[in-house]
Amino acid sequence: MSRTVLDKLRQRFEASIIETHDFRGDETATIRREALLEVVTWLKERNDLELDMLTDMTAVDYLEQGNDPRFQVVYHLYSVSKSHRVRIKVPVPQDDPVVDSLCQLYKIANWLEREIWDMYGIRFKGHPNLKRILLYEEFVGHPLRKDYPKERRQPLIRRPEPEIAQVLARRGKARPLPTATE
Amino acid sequence: MGLEFATGRLADAVNWARKFSLFQYPFVTACCGMEYMALWGPRYDVARFGAEFPRFSPRQADMLMVVGTVTERQGPVLKRIYEQITEPKWVISFGVCASSGGFYQNYATMPGIDHVIPVDVYIPGCPPRPEAVLDALIMLQEKIQGGRGWSQRQYWLERERERLGLGGEISGSGQRSAT
Repeated sequence: MSRTVLDKLRQRFEASIIETHDFRGDETATIRREALLEVVTWLKERNDLELDMLTDMTAVDYLEQGNDPRFQVVYHLYSVSKSHRVRIKVPVPQDDPVVDSLCQLYKIANWLEREIWDMYGIRFKGHPNLKRILLYEEFVGHPLRKDYPKERRQPLIRRPEPEIAQVLARRGKARPLPTATE
Repeated sequence: MGLEFATGRLADAVNWARKFSLFQYPFVTACCGMEYMALWGPRYDVARFGAEFPRFSPRQADMLMVVGTVTERQGPVLKRIYEQITEPKWVISFGVCASSGGFYQNYATMPGIDHVIPVDVYIPGCPPRPEAVLDALIMLQEKIQGGRGWSQRQYWLERERERLGLGGEISGSGQRSAT
């Protein structure tokens, strides 16, 4: 059954598909960024596919793998009536991290896209309220990017400096925090 | 029991009364909360130490129990709750996350609540055994009896400065200023 999802997708959007992957019914299609809205609308509204639920949406930073479009936004779609799934991946370059918003199609995309903006700094064109959802507005940077320093803290509030020094001294022989290279 | 009265200092009597009537405010954020609930039950029975009564308003409490991981975003909230508690007040840091951030070393987690508010007793463990918490409670009672809690010391320091005619601000999260 689900085998046909990729086949149909390939038939309809030959030019927009970068690659497809299929492992024991776990289907993935990597598509071009420009075609995203069109493809997902088609997947949702076609009667024999009916992928009407966006179960999850996330992003991946391939900095250390050195992939050329550095990011990938990943959509997991599920059909409640047909009970099949498909995964859509969209490569996003570092210098222009913008993807079309799916808010018009799936209500849940609103919060999921805000989370991706918060954590990875990928913007969503057409989002009604794109601001941080988990972190605070004062936070600088996007912490799940691989180049965000692991030890970097951005406290909102601290006790006066001498008191902190006293606290740390009392902690005494505690090992120092490991550096990033360890 | 009568011995403390026999020492003759009013402060000792007051502290004796305080240590057996701790009104706690639980600031429960994470999984340590389950152990914290066990503490209340008949098996471990924190009521034996006079600290069984949780108040869900900090203004009616005098002991803050920070139970679980505190994020940087919660910092101002925690500080504000601490400031609302009536003095003298005491803070117990329950579990490694509250004490030092525990195994979280990342952008979101505060590396110990003592970076924001003063802490009187730390309880290690992930989560701590109820016995460890009872032990900490006894330690806190000893501290209260000796007048060694942070806010008690701040109060004493302020009075001493007044007596010596020094005046001025006390550096401390108690936010008092001797005038």
